[in-house]
Amino acid sequence: MMDGTNQFGDAQTGEQKIRNFNINFGPQHPAAHGVLRLVLELDGEVVERCDPHVGLLHRGTEKLMESRTYLQNLPYLDRLDYVAPMNQEHAWCLAIEKLTGTPVPRRASLIRVLFSEIGRILNHLMNVTTQAMDVGALTPPLWGFEHREELMIFYERACGARLHAAYFRPGGVHQDLTPKLLDDIEEWTGRFLSFIDDLGNLLTENRIFKQRNVDIGIVTEEDIQNYGFSGVMVRGSGFAWDLRRAQPYECYDEFDFQIPVGKNGDCYDRYLCRVEEMRQSTAIILQCLEKLRAPEGQGDILARGKITPPKRGEMKTSMEALIHHFKLYTEGFKVPAGQVYACVEAPKGEFGVYIVSDGSNKPYRAKLRAPGYPHLAAIDHIASGHQLADVAAIIGTLDIVFGEIDR
Amino acid sequence: MDELGAHIELKRPDCVLGYEITLGELTVDVTPANISAFVEFLRTDSACRFSTLVDITAVDYPDRAKRFDVIYHFLSMYQNQRIRLRVSVREDELVPTITDVHPSANWFEREVFDMFGIIFSGHPDLRRLLTDYGFRGYPLRKDFPTTGYTEVRYDEAAKRVVYEPVKLVQEYRQFDFMSPWEGAKYVLPGDEKKEAQK
Repeated sequence: MMDGTNQFGDAQTGEQKIRNFNINFGPQHPAAHGVLRLVLELDGEVVERCDPHVGLLHRGTEKLMESRTYLQNLPYLDRLDYVAPMNQEHAWCLAIEKLTGTPVPRRASLIRVLFSEIGRILNHLMNVTTQAMDVGALTPPLWGFEHREELMIFYERACGARLHAAYFRPGGVHQDLTPKLLDDIEEWTGRFLSFIDDLGNLLTENRIFKQRNVDIGIVTEEDIQNYGFSGVMVRGSGFAWDLRRAQPYECYDEFDFQIPVGKNGDCYDRYLCRVEEMRQSTAIILQCLEKLRAPEGQGDILARGKITPPKRGEMKTSMEALIHHFKLYTEGFKVPAGQVYACVEAPKGEFGVYIVSDGSNKPYRAKLRAPGYPHLAAIDHIASGHQLADVAAIIGTLDIVFGEIDR
Repeated sequence: MDELGAHIELKRPDCVLGYEITLGELTVDVTPANISAFVEFLRTDSACRFSTLVDITAVDYPDRAKRFDVIYHFLSMYQNQRIRLRVSVREDELVPTITDVHPSANWFEREVFDMFGIIFSGHPDLRRLLTDYGFRGYPLRKDFPTTGYTEVRYDEAAKRVVYEPVKLVQEYRQFDFMSPWEGAKYVLPGDEKKEAQK
């Protein structure tokens, strides 16, 4: 450095030379929520640049879908965002129903809303509590996972699987619910509401939790538009946008619920939004149970026709029904040629399915639009200028799950 | 929605080739050359305000001269409406990037490049995104086999993961359950005689 290259003209020893430090955050890091590898450029403890390397969980879902029938593809949707599986299936079913023009029976529609909201609670419980763990609290996940377990048992009782449900089918849902299950869900909501109050007591006014989250990762309205955010990332900044309200699908327009919005768009507001959304989802669940018990809520749970299997009893007596069942589960059903985009308000934001159909029994091209994808893409913008420890808090409230980002 | 399509066609006749409304969705065919200016128009025009980029993807049609369709989905949270743009490009054609209008296009375009090999000119950082480091080929093209070309295993002798060409122990099973009566082309024994007569 004595050769005059130093632009300030100061004499510096080797130790005085300062350069930015590159570190790898993940892929095996507890706060990375999966297999995220971040290449962080640090100036001291301040993040200068953040380059996410994703794709470590890439399974080629979209390629696989092109060689399987519409019904065989349904379980792939569960494996995207494995924290709230049924919400993804919902988008797939809506897309097929839109292309084929199949009306969904009322009872199936109500069951779908019920389980979509259960999925939302499953997701928010996971997100809120593990984000709290990332910033130093251990009790919330221990309590929260107890309730997640109960919800997964409801999943199991509805369709036989705790996680990979394959319960929503084009034209309805796979099986009917028992009255006992409805009663048990109702009994659970009471306990759950008191649990949310307890969770709030633990976190909302907790000094450490607030120090780690308030004014961290602020998202403005301009960021929302520029970076294609959706879901809580939008609502946390005070922008009341919810597809359930703005572009109602299924029978969400019948339900009475509020859309919580934040004020500052920081991590803390997003936490508050998620907690309030869990309360609202519980309210929707209770309304749903009431409607399911009402006489209008009774009836079949599948739109019987070309894209759904016949009733079991009918299959035993009718040759046509048996042939139809066989052809449905081997050849699959055909979907008219065309293209369609269907989306739902998944817990993480807008989950969309874009199908290009060529009129055969397999999709010509299926594109899955995951909400976490643009959120993670914006992390360089959000995390730059924050401290290294805040990156963990930001990743937590971005609510990313690698199943859906890598697909 | 029809009004919106006509409005866009009227305002930007240089970009729009035509529009259609199917299943309640507006699809506009656009030329690739000034896609960036057109997207900027969609974002700022008071009747459109398509300020959120929802998705960019592509569809491969190997038989067509313009092989790829690049599909853009936009959403307006202010006007509560959606639009889809469809751009047809040849295999060797470049598509101008729209990252300067929508920064969120960055990763979407990287993914399309990764999966289809469509190059976006002017993109700040066009690296592969989802596939492995050093991956070759474009997986979502129709001529790419579902099994891929390489497989990995841990080699005990070399003490590292090694890449090898795919060896299938069993033939890749592609079941064809299409009805022989409608659609599917089966060559049944004896069919060749009929062909020979012609």
